[in-house]
Amino acid sequence: MSRRVVVTGVGVLSPNGIGVPAFLHALQNGVSGIRFIPKYEELKFNCQVAGIPQFDWEDLRNYLPEVTFHGLRSIGIGYGVKAALDAWTDAGYTIGNDKTLWDTGCVFGSSVADTDVIRNAIERVDAKESKKLGSRVVEQIMGSGITAYVAGRLGFGNRTISNSAACATGTQAIVMGYEYIRNGAAKRMLTGSSEYVDQYVFGAFDSMRILSRKFNEQPQQSSRPMSSSACGFVPGSGAAALMLEDMEYALERNATIYAEIVGGATNSGGQRCGGTMTAPNPAGVIQCIQTALAEGKVDPGAIDLISGHLTATAADRLEIRNWSTALGRTGEDFPMINSLKSMIGHCLSAAGSIEAVAAVLQLKHDFVHPNTNLEDPDPEIVRIAGADHLPVTMIKKEINTVAKANFGFGDVNTCLIFSKFNQHG
Amino acid sequence: MDRQAILDELKKVLVPYTENKELLGGITEDTDLLKDLKINSANLVDIIIDAESKYNIEIDFDSAEKMITVRNCIDVIAEKMNA
Repeated sequence: MSRRVVVTGVGVLSPNGIGVPAFLHALQNGVSGIRFIPKYEELKFNCQVAGIPQFDWEDLRNYLPEVTFHGLRSIGIGYGVKAALDAWTDAGYTIGNDKTLWDTGCVFGSSVADTDVIRNAIERVDAKESKKLGSRVVEQIMGSGITAYVAGRLGFGNRTISNSAACATGTQAIVMGYEYIRNGAAKRMLTGSSEYVDQYVFGAFDSMRILSRKFNEQPQQSSRPMSSSACGFVPGSGAAALMLEDMEYALERNATIYAEIVGGATNSGGQRCGGTMTAPNPAGVIQCIQTALAEGKVDPGAIDLISGHLTATAADRLEIRNWSTALGRTGEDFPMINSLKSMIGHCLSAAGSIEAVAAVLQLKHDFVHPNTNLEDPDPEIVRIAGADHLPVTMIKKEINTVAKANFGFGDVNTCLIFSKFNQHG
Repeated sequence: MDRQAILDELKKVLVPYTENKELLGGITEDTDLLKDLKINSANLVDIIIDAESKYNIEIDFDSAEKMITVRNCIDVIAEKMNA
Protein backbone atom coordinates (compact mmCIF):
# COMPACT_ATOMS: atom_id res chain seq x y z
CA MET A 1 0.00 0.00 0.00
CA SER A 2 1.34 3.39 -0.86
CA ARG A 3 2.27 5.75 1.96
CA ARG A 4 1.11 9.35 2.32
CA VAL A 5 3.80 12.02 2.13
CA VAL A 6 3.80 15.34 3.96
CA VAL A 7 6.02 18.43 4.03
CA THR A 8 7.28 19.11 7.55
CA GLY A 9 9.98 21.69 6.98
CA VAL A 10 11.20 24.21 4.43
CA GLY A 11 14.40 26.17 3.90
CA VAL A 12 14.84 28.92 1.35
CA LEU A 13 17.58 31.18 0.06
CA SER A 14 15.87 33.30 -2.55
CA PRO A 15 17.07 36.46 -4.29
CA ASN A 16 14.18 38.30 -2.59
CA GLY A 17 14.46 36.80 0.87
CA ILE A 18 16.55 34.41 2.93
CA GLY A 19 14.71 32.30 5.48
CA VAL A 20 10.97 31.72 5.70
CA PRO A 21 9.86 34.99 7.39
CA ALA A 22 11.74 37.23 4.93
CA PHE A 23 10.67 35.14 1.93
CA LEU A 24 7.02 35.11 3.02
CA HIS A 25 7.10 38.89 3.42
CA ALA A 26 8.66 39.27 -0.04
CA LEU A 27 6.03 36.99 -1.61
CA GLN A 28 3.15 38.87 -0.06
CA ASN A 29 4.53 42.27 -0.99
CA GLY A 30 5.90 41.57 -4.44
CA VAL A 31 9.49 42.33 -3.39
CA SER A 32 11.97 42.03 -6.24
CA GLY A 33 15.36 40.36 -5.80
CA ILE A 34 16.70 41.42 -9.19
CA ARG A 35 19.66 43.79 -9.36
CA PHE A 36 21.96 45.44 -11.88
CA ILE A 37 25.33 43.63 -12.01
CA PRO A 38 28.13 46.05 -13.01
CA LYS A 39 30.41 43.11 -13.90
CA TYR A 40 27.93 42.02 -16.59
CA GLU A 41 28.08 45.45 -18.21
CA GLU A 42 31.87 45.19 -18.22
CA LEU A 43 31.62 41.73 -19.83
CA LYS A 44 29.36 43.20 -22.56
CA PHE A 45 26.47 40.90 -21.80
CA ASN A 46 23.15 41.86 -23.39
CA CYS A 47 21.43 41.11 -20.10
CA GLN A 48 23.06 42.93 -17.17
CA VAL A 49 20.65 42.08 -14.37
CA ALA A 50 20.30 38.97 -12.20
CA GLY A 51 18.58 37.61 -9.13
CA ILE A 52 21.24 37.12 -6.43
CA PRO A 53 20.51 36.23 -2.79
CA GLN A 54 22.00 38.71 -0.33
CA PHE A 55 23.84 35.94 1.45
CA ASP A 56 26.49 36.43 4.14
CA TRP A 57 29.02 33.66 3.48
CA GLU A 58 30.19 33.77 7.12
CA ASP A 59 26.71 32.58 8.12
CA LEU A 60 27.81 29.10 7.00
CA ARG A 61 29.98 28.91 10.12
CA ASN A 62 26.70 28.23 11.92
CA TYR A 63 26.07 25.20 9.71
CA LEU A 64 29.40 23.50 9.11
CA PRO A 65 32.33 22.39 11.27
CA GLU A 66 35.14 24.91 11.04
CA VAL A 67 37.46 22.52 9.21
CA THR A 68 34.81 21.93 6.55
CA PHE A 69 34.03 25.63 6.25
CA HIS A 70 37.74 26.51 5.93
CA GLY A 71 38.17 24.93 2.51
CA LEU A 72 34.69 25.54 1.10
CA ARG A 73 34.73 27.70 -2.02
CA SER A 74 31.67 26.51 -3.95
CA ILE A 75 28.90 29.05 -3.58
CA GLY A 76 26.33 26.59 -4.92
CA ILE A 77 27.23 24.08 -2.22
CA GLY A 78 27.09 26.83 0.39
CA TYR A 79 23.60 27.84 -0.73
CA GLY A 80 22.42 24.21 -0.79
CA VAL A 81 23.82 23.37 2.64
CA LYS A 82 22.08 26.34 4.23
CA ALA A 83 18.71 25.65 2.58
CA ALA A 84 18.83 21.93 3.37
CA LEU A 85 19.89 22.33 6.99
CA ASP A 86 17.29 25.07 7.50
CA ALA A 87 14.57 22.70 6.25
CA TRP A 88 15.86 20.02 8.61
CA THR A 89 15.77 22.28 11.67
CA ASP A 90 12.44 23.82 10.56
CA ALA A 91 11.06 20.27 10.75
CA GLY A 92 12.08 20.18 14.39
CA TYR A 93 15.31 18.21 14.10
CA THR A 94 18.72 19.11 15.43
CA ILE A 95 22.08 19.08 13.64
CA GLY A 96 24.94 17.02 14.95
CA ASN A 97 24.45 13.39 15.86
CA ASP A 98 26.86 10.49 15.57
CA LYS A 99 24.38 7.92 14.24
CA THR A 100 23.64 6.84 10.69
CA LEU A 101 19.98 7.53 9.94
CA TRP A 102 19.14 4.50 7.80
CA ASP A 103 15.53 5.57 7.22
CA THR A 104 16.47 9.02 5.93
CA GLY A 105 17.84 10.10 2.56
CA CYS A 106 18.38 13.09 0.35
CA VAL A 107 17.69 14.06 -3.26
CA PHE A 108 19.34 17.35 -4.08
CA GLY A 109 19.95 18.71 -7.55
CA SER A 110 21.88 21.32 -9.46
CA SER A 111 22.31 22.07 -13.13
CA VAL A 112 26.09 22.52 -13.25
CA ALA A 113 28.85 22.11 -10.69
CA ASP A 114 30.47 25.33 -9.55
CA THR A 115 32.41 26.68 -12.53
CA ASP A 116 34.32 29.18 -10.37
CA VAL A 117 35.84 26.22 -8.53
CA ILE A 118 36.44 24.43 -11.83
CA ARG A 119 38.10 27.56 -13.25
CA ASN A 120 40.51 27.65 -10.31
CA ALA A 121 41.44 24.02 -11.02
CA ILE A 122 41.92 24.77 -14.71
CA GLU A 123 44.14 27.76 -13.99
CA ARG A 124 46.32 25.84 -11.52
CA VAL A 125 46.71 22.86 -13.82
CA ASP A 126 47.52 25.04 -16.82
CA ALA A 127 50.13 26.86 -14.71
CA LYS A 128 51.68 23.43 -13.93
CA GLU A 129 50.72 23.86 -10.25
CA SER A 130 48.27 20.98 -9.86
CA LYS A 131 50.04 19.90 -6.67
CA LYS A 132 48.74 23.07 -5.01
CA LEU A 133 45.08 22.18 -5.54
CA GLY A 134 44.80 20.20 -2.31
CA SER A 135 42.21 17.79 -1.02
CA ARG A 136 39.07 19.93 -1.25
CA VAL A 137 38.62 20.51 -4.98
CA VAL A 138 37.21 17.17 -6.14
CA GLU A 139 34.38 17.16 -3.60
CA GLN A 140 33.33 20.62 -4.81
CA ILE A 141 33.37 19.97 -8.53
CA MET A 142 31.66 16.59 -8.42
CA GLY A 143 28.02 16.70 -9.46
CA SER A 144 27.03 15.11 -6.15
CA GLY A 145 28.81 17.76 -4.08
CA ILE A 146 25.80 19.24 -2.31
CA THR A 147 24.25 15.87 -1.54
CA ALA A 148 27.56 14.67 -0.14
CA TYR A 149 27.89 17.69 2.15
CA VAL A 150 24.27 17.55 3.36
CA ALA A 151 24.08 13.78 3.85
CA GLY A 152 27.42 13.81 5.64
CA ARG A 153 26.47 16.65 7.95
CA LEU A 154 23.21 14.95 8.97
CA GLY A 155 24.25 11.29 8.79
CA PHE A 156 21.78 10.13 6.15
CA GLY A 157 21.97 6.41 5.39
CA ASN A 158 19.15 5.92 2.90
CA ARG A 159 19.19 6.95 -0.77
CA THR A 160 21.43 9.99 -1.34
CA ILE A 161 20.95 11.07 -4.92
CA SER A 162 22.00 14.08 -6.95
CA ASN A 163 19.70 14.78 -9.86
CA SER A 164 20.05 17.11 -12.79
CA ALA A 165 17.26 17.95 -15.22
CA ALA A 166 18.01 21.55 -16.18
CA CYS A 167 15.17 23.88 -15.12
CA ALA A 168 13.05 20.95 -13.95
CA THR A 169 15.71 19.81 -11.46
CA GLY A 170 14.15 21.21 -8.29
CA THR A 171 10.66 19.82 -8.75
CA GLN A 172 12.13 16.55 -10.00
CA ALA A 173 14.17 16.17 -6.78
CA ILE A 174 10.98 16.63 -4.76
CA VAL A 175 9.09 14.14 -6.96
CA MET A 176 11.84 11.55 -6.45
CA GLY A 177 11.90 11.98 -2.68
CA TYR A 178 8.11 11.81 -2.61
CA GLU A 179 8.16 8.55 -4.60
CA TYR A 180 10.69 6.87 -2.29
CA ILE A 181 8.58 7.61 0.77
CA ARG A 182 5.31 6.77 -0.99
CA ASN A 183 6.76 3.40 -1.98
CA GLY A 184 8.02 2.70 1.53
CA ALA A 185 11.74 2.87 0.76
CA ALA A 186 12.41 5.72 3.18
CA LYS A 187 10.67 7.47 6.07
CA ARG A 188 12.21 10.87 5.51
CA MET A 189 13.73 12.52 2.44
CA LEU A 190 15.37 15.94 2.40
CA THR A 191 14.81 17.26 -1.13
CA GLY A 192 15.68 20.40 -3.02
CA SER A 193 18.08 22.10 -5.37
CA SER A 194 20.69 24.79 -5.56
CA GLU A 195 21.94 27.05 -8.33
CA TYR A 196 24.82 29.48 -8.47
CA VAL A 197 24.87 31.16 -11.87
CA ASP A 198 28.39 32.39 -12.44
CA GLN A 199 29.42 34.58 -15.36
CA TYR A 200 30.35 31.64 -17.61
CA VAL A 201 26.97 29.93 -17.45
CA PHE A 202 25.29 33.34 -17.65
CA GLY A 203 27.31 34.21 -20.77
CA ALA A 204 26.26 30.98 -22.47
CA PHE A 205 22.58 31.78 -21.91
CA ASP A 206 23.16 35.39 -22.97
CA SER A 207 24.57 34.17 -26.28
CA MET A 208 21.35 32.23 -26.97
CA ARG A 209 19.50 35.61 -27.06
CA ILE A 210 16.86 34.37 -24.65
CA LEU A 211 17.66 36.74 -21.76
CA SER A 212 15.91 40.01 -20.89
CA ARG A 213 18.00 42.90 -22.26
CA LYS A 214 15.68 45.92 -22.46
CA PHE A 215 15.43 46.70 -18.76
CA ASN A 216 19.05 46.88 -17.62
CA GLU A 217 18.37 50.32 -16.18
CA GLN A 218 15.18 49.17 -14.40
CA PRO A 219 16.30 45.84 -12.94
CA GLN A 220 13.14 45.27 -10.93
CA GLN A 221 11.05 45.51 -14.10
CA SER A 222 13.24 43.22 -16.16
CA SER A 223 11.47 39.91 -15.48
CA ARG A 224 7.99 40.10 -17.05
CA PRO A 225 6.34 36.66 -17.32
CA MET A 226 3.06 36.56 -19.29
CA SER A 227 3.31 40.23 -20.30
CA SER A 228 3.17 41.68 -23.81
CA SER A 229 6.54 43.29 -23.11
CA ALA A 230 8.21 40.04 -21.98
CA CYS A 231 11.55 39.85 -23.73
CA GLY A 232 13.43 36.96 -22.20
CA PHE A 233 14.26 35.62 -18.77
CA VAL A 234 16.53 36.95 -16.04
CA PRO A 235 18.90 34.34 -14.58
CA GLY A 236 18.86 33.92 -10.83
CA SER A 237 20.73 32.07 -8.11
CA GLY A 238 19.54 30.51 -4.89
CA ALA A 239 18.43 27.30 -3.23
CA ALA A 240 15.52 25.78 -1.38
CA ALA A 241 14.68 22.53 0.35
CA LEU A 242 11.62 20.66 1.54
CA MET A 243 11.69 18.07 4.31
CA LEU A 244 9.37 15.26 3.27
CA GLU A 245 8.13 12.60 5.69
CA ASP A 246 5.94 9.58 5.79
CA MET A 247 2.63 10.92 7.19
CA GLU A 248 2.39 8.39 10.03
CA TYR A 249 6.00 9.01 11.02
CA ALA A 250 5.33 12.77 11.13
CA LEU A 251 2.08 12.39 13.09
CA GLU A 252 3.73 10.10 15.61
CA ARG A 253 6.23 12.79 16.55
CA ASN A 254 3.61 15.57 16.41
CA ALA A 255 5.41 17.36 13.61
CA THR A 256 4.03 20.59 12.18
CA ILE A 257 2.72 19.75 8.73
CA TYR A 258 2.82 22.41 6.02
CA ALA A 259 1.09 20.44 3.28
CA GLU A 260 0.64 17.02 1.74
CA ILE A 261 2.08 16.02 -1.62
CA VAL A 262 -0.79 14.14 -3.20
CA GLY A 263 0.67 13.64 -6.67
CA GLY A 264 3.87 14.00 -8.60
CA ALA A 265 5.15 13.10 -12.04
CA THR A 266 8.22 13.60 -14.17
CA ASN A 267 8.56 12.67 -17.83
CA SER A 268 9.97 13.81 -21.15
CA GLY A 269 8.30 14.71 -24.40
CA GLY A 270 11.07 12.84 -26.19
CA GLN A 271 11.97 15.95 -28.21
CA ARG A 272 9.27 14.95 -30.71
CA CYS A 273 6.07 16.57 -31.99
CA GLY A 274 7.20 20.15 -31.39
CA GLY A 275 9.53 19.18 -28.59
CA THR A 276 13.24 19.99 -29.06
CA MET A 277 16.29 20.38 -26.86
CA THR A 278 14.89 23.74 -25.73
CA ALA A 279 11.12 23.53 -26.36
CA PRO A 280 8.57 21.19 -24.80
CA ASN A 281 6.44 18.71 -26.68
CA PRO A 282 2.94 19.81 -25.55
CA ALA A 283 1.80 16.19 -25.31
CA GLY A 284 4.57 15.52 -22.77
CA VAL A 285 3.62 18.52 -20.63
CA ILE A 286 -0.06 17.60 -20.68
CA GLN A 287 0.60 13.97 -19.86
CA CYS A 288 2.89 14.99 -16.98
CA ILE A 289 0.28 17.28 -15.40
CA GLN A 290 -2.51 14.74 -15.88
CA THR A 291 -0.43 11.91 -14.42
CA ALA A 292 0.29 13.96 -11.29
CA LEU A 293 -3.42 14.75 -10.93
CA ALA A 294 -4.50 11.15 -11.49
CA GLU A 295 -2.03 9.86 -8.94
CA GLY A 296 -3.61 12.00 -6.26
CA LYS A 297 -7.11 11.37 -7.59
CA VAL A 298 -7.39 15.15 -7.83
CA ASP A 299 -10.21 16.58 -9.91
CA PRO A 300 -8.67 19.20 -12.27
CA GLY A 301 -11.50 21.49 -11.13
CA ALA A 302 -10.11 21.40 -7.59
CA ILE A 303 -6.89 23.21 -8.49
CA ASP A 304 -7.06 26.64 -6.81
CA LEU A 305 -3.69 27.89 -7.96
CA ILE A 306 -1.15 27.12 -10.64
CA SER A 307 2.43 27.97 -9.76
CA GLY A 308 3.72 28.15 -13.31
CA HIS A 309 7.12 27.73 -14.87
CA LEU A 310 6.49 30.94 -16.90
CA THR A 311 9.94 32.38 -17.53
CA ALA A 312 8.98 35.46 -19.63
CA THR A 313 9.76 34.07 -23.07
CA ALA A 314 7.53 33.19 -26.01
CA ALA A 315 7.04 29.81 -24.31
CA ASP A 316 4.71 31.40 -21.70
CA ARG A 317 1.82 31.38 -24.18
CA LEU A 318 2.36 27.72 -25.00
CA GLU A 319 2.53 26.88 -21.30
CA ILE A 320 -0.82 28.53 -20.64
CA ARG A 321 -2.36 26.60 -23.54
CA ASN A 322 -0.93 23.37 -22.13
CA TRP A 323 -2.31 24.03 -18.64
CA SER A 324 -5.70 24.82 -20.14
CA THR A 325 -5.75 21.58 -22.13
CA ALA A 326 -4.40 19.46 -19.26
CA LEU A 327 -6.98 20.77 -16.78
CA GLY A 328 -9.83 21.22 -19.28
CA ARG A 329 -10.36 24.73 -17.92
CA THR A 330 -10.48 28.05 -19.82
CA GLY A 331 -11.42 31.68 -19.22
CA GLU A 332 -13.81 32.16 -16.27
CA ASP A 333 -13.14 28.58 -15.19
CA PHE A 334 -9.33 28.87 -15.23
CA PRO A 335 -7.56 28.79 -11.81
CA MET A 336 -5.43 31.61 -10.41
CA ILE A 337 -1.93 31.50 -11.87
CA ASN A 338 1.31 33.17 -10.88
CA SER A 339 5.01 33.17 -11.63
CA LEU A 340 7.52 33.81 -8.88
CA LYS A 341 10.06 34.54 -11.62
CA SER A 342 8.55 38.03 -11.94
CA MET A 343 10.24 38.81 -8.60
CA ILE A 344 13.40 36.70 -8.57
CA GLY A 345 14.10 35.76 -12.19
CA HIS A 346 14.70 32.20 -13.29
CA CYS A 347 16.86 30.34 -10.80
CA LEU A 348 17.33 27.42 -13.26
CA SER A 349 17.74 24.22 -11.23
CA ALA A 350 16.74 26.06 -8.05
CA ALA A 351 13.57 27.48 -9.59
CA GLY A 352 11.52 24.38 -8.83
CA SER A 353 12.46 24.12 -5.17
CA ILE A 354 12.14 27.86 -4.43
CA GLU A 355 8.78 27.95 -6.21
CA ALA A 356 7.67 24.80 -4.38
CA VAL A 357 8.40 26.51 -1.07
CA ALA A 358 6.37 29.50 -2.31
CA ALA A 359 3.52 27.14 -3.25
CA VAL A 360 3.56 25.52 0.19
CA LEU A 361 3.55 28.92 1.93
CA GLN A 362 0.61 30.13 -0.19
CA LEU A 363 -1.30 26.99 0.83
CA LYS A 364 -0.45 27.36 4.48
CA HIS A 365 -1.21 31.08 4.68
CA ASP A 366 -4.10 31.19 2.18
CA PHE A 367 -2.92 33.76 -0.33
CA VAL A 368 -1.89 34.14 -3.95
CA HIS A 369 1.31 36.11 -4.46
CA PRO A 370 1.25 38.86 -7.07
CA ASN A 371 2.66 38.67 -10.58
CA THR A 372 4.83 41.75 -10.67
CA ASN A 373 5.44 43.56 -13.97
CA LEU A 374 2.17 42.32 -15.44
CA GLU A 375 0.52 45.65 -16.22
CA ASP A 376 0.30 44.59 -19.87
CA PRO A 377 -0.67 40.92 -20.00
CA ASP A 378 -0.35 39.10 -23.30
CA PRO A 379 -3.80 39.16 -24.99
CA GLU A 380 -3.66 35.47 -25.92
CA ILE A 381 -2.87 34.58 -22.29
CA VAL A 382 -5.75 36.77 -21.07
CA ARG A 383 -8.09 35.05 -23.52
CA ILE A 384 -7.20 31.58 -22.18
CA ALA A 385 -6.62 32.28 -18.49
CA GLY A 386 -9.07 35.15 -17.93
CA ALA A 387 -7.93 38.60 -16.73
CA ASP A 388 -9.14 37.91 -13.17
CA HIS A 389 -6.76 35.01 -12.72
CA LEU A 390 -3.53 36.95 -13.27
CA PRO A 391 -3.24 38.87 -9.98
CA VAL A 392 -0.91 41.87 -9.84
CA THR A 393 -1.37 42.39 -6.11
CA MET A 394 -1.57 39.78 -3.36
CA ILE A 395 -4.96 38.11 -3.03
CA LYS A 396 -6.10 36.64 0.29
CA LYS A 397 -8.05 33.54 -0.63
CA GLU A 398 -8.53 30.02 0.68
CA ILE A 399 -6.08 27.81 -1.18
CA ASN A 400 -6.54 24.05 -0.83
CA THR A 401 -4.71 22.62 -3.82
CA VAL A 402 -1.78 23.94 -5.85
CA ALA A 403 -0.30 22.54 -9.04
CA LYS A 404 3.41 23.32 -9.45
CA ALA A 405 5.26 22.49 -12.64
CA ASN A 406 8.63 23.16 -14.25
CA PHE A 407 9.92 22.41 -17.73
CA GLY A 408 13.58 22.08 -18.67
CA PHE A 409 16.00 21.83 -21.57
CA GLY A 410 16.05 18.29 -22.85
CA ASP A 411 12.23 18.40 -23.00
CA VAL A 412 11.94 17.32 -19.34
CA ASN A 413 8.75 18.04 -17.39
CA THR A 414 7.83 17.73 -13.73
CA CYS A 415 4.59 18.42 -11.89
CA LEU A 416 3.70 18.31 -8.21
CA ILE A 417 0.28 18.60 -6.59
CA PHE A 418 0.28 20.05 -3.06
CA SER A 419 -2.84 19.96 -0.86
CA LYS A 420 -3.71 21.31 2.56
CA PHE A 421 -3.15 18.50 5.01
CA ASN A 422 -6.21 16.71 6.32
CA GLN A 423 -5.44 13.46 8.06
CA HIS A 424 -8.83 11.99 7.25
CA GLY A 425 -9.00 13.50 3.75
CA MET B 1 64.76 29.10 12.45
CA ASP B 2 65.11 26.81 15.50
CA ARG B 3 62.79 23.91 16.31
CA GLN B 4 60.67 25.96 18.71
CA ALA B 5 60.17 28.66 16.09
CA ILE B 6 59.18 26.03 13.51
CA LEU B 7 56.75 24.50 16.00
CA ASP B 8 55.16 27.88 16.72
CA GLU B 9 54.59 28.43 13.01
CA LEU B 10 53.48 24.82 12.47
CA LYS B 11 50.74 25.28 15.05
CA LYS B 12 49.30 28.11 12.96
CA VAL B 13 49.31 25.85 9.91
CA LEU B 14 47.42 23.16 11.86
CA VAL B 15 44.73 25.46 13.29
CA PRO B 16 42.24 25.35 10.36
CA TYR B 17 42.47 21.55 10.19
CA THR B 18 42.00 20.88 13.90
CA GLU B 19 38.35 20.94 14.87
CA ASN B 20 39.02 20.85 18.61
CA LYS B 21 41.32 23.82 19.21
CA GLU B 22 41.98 22.78 22.81
CA LEU B 23 44.03 19.86 21.53
CA LEU B 24 46.52 22.36 20.08
CA GLY B 25 47.23 23.72 23.54
CA GLY B 26 48.91 20.50 24.65
CA ILE B 27 50.97 20.03 21.52
CA THR B 28 54.48 18.55 21.93
CA GLU B 29 56.95 16.99 19.53
CA ASP B 30 55.37 13.59 20.31
CA THR B 31 51.90 14.68 19.20
CA ASP B 32 50.49 12.53 16.37
CA LEU B 33 48.54 14.60 13.83
CA LEU B 34 45.87 12.01 13.14
CA LYS B 35 45.57 10.20 16.47
CA ASP B 36 46.08 13.07 18.91
CA LEU B 37 44.80 16.09 16.99
CA LYS B 38 42.05 14.06 15.22
CA ILE B 39 42.95 15.60 11.88
CA ASN B 40 41.25 14.01 8.86
CA SER B 41 43.92 12.12 6.92
CA ALA B 42 42.71 13.69 3.63
CA ASN B 43 43.74 17.08 5.05
CA LEU B 44 47.43 16.06 5.42
CA VAL B 45 47.77 17.06 1.77
CA ASP B 46 46.44 20.55 2.57
CA ILE B 47 48.76 20.86 5.58
CA ILE B 48 51.74 20.02 3.36
CA ILE B 49 50.64 22.58 0.75
CA ASP B 50 50.22 25.25 3.44
CA ALA B 51 53.58 24.36 5.01
CA GLU B 52 55.32 24.59 1.62
CA SER B 53 53.95 28.04 1.17
CA LYS B 54 54.65 29.17 4.73
CA TYR B 55 58.30 28.05 4.82
CA ASN B 56 58.92 28.55 1.12
CA ILE B 57 60.05 24.95 0.66
CA GLU B 58 59.09 21.94 -1.42
CA ILE B 59 58.10 18.72 0.30
CA ASP B 60 58.47 15.65 -1.92
CA PHE B 61 56.31 12.53 -1.63
CA ASP B 62 58.82 10.53 0.37
CA SER B 63 59.29 13.31 2.92
CA ALA B 64 55.56 13.92 3.15
CA GLU B 65 54.97 10.30 4.10
CA LYS B 66 57.21 10.77 7.13
CA MET B 67 55.09 13.62 8.53
CA ILE B 68 53.13 11.65 11.11
CA THR B 69 54.09 13.29 14.39
CA VAL B 70 54.98 16.90 15.11
CA ARG B 71 58.61 15.79 15.53
CA ASN B 72 58.60 14.26 12.03
CA CYS B 73 57.09 17.44 10.62
CA ILE B 74 59.71 19.66 12.21
CA ASP B 75 62.49 17.31 11.01
CA VAL B 76 61.26 17.50 7.42
CA ILE B 77 60.68 21.24 7.48
CA ALA B 78 64.08 21.95 9.08
CA GLU B 79 65.81 19.69 6.57
CA LYS B 80 64.14 21.35 3.58
CA MET B 81 64.82 24.85 4.92
CA ASN B 82 68.50 24.07 5.28
CA ALA B 83 68.76 22.34 1.93
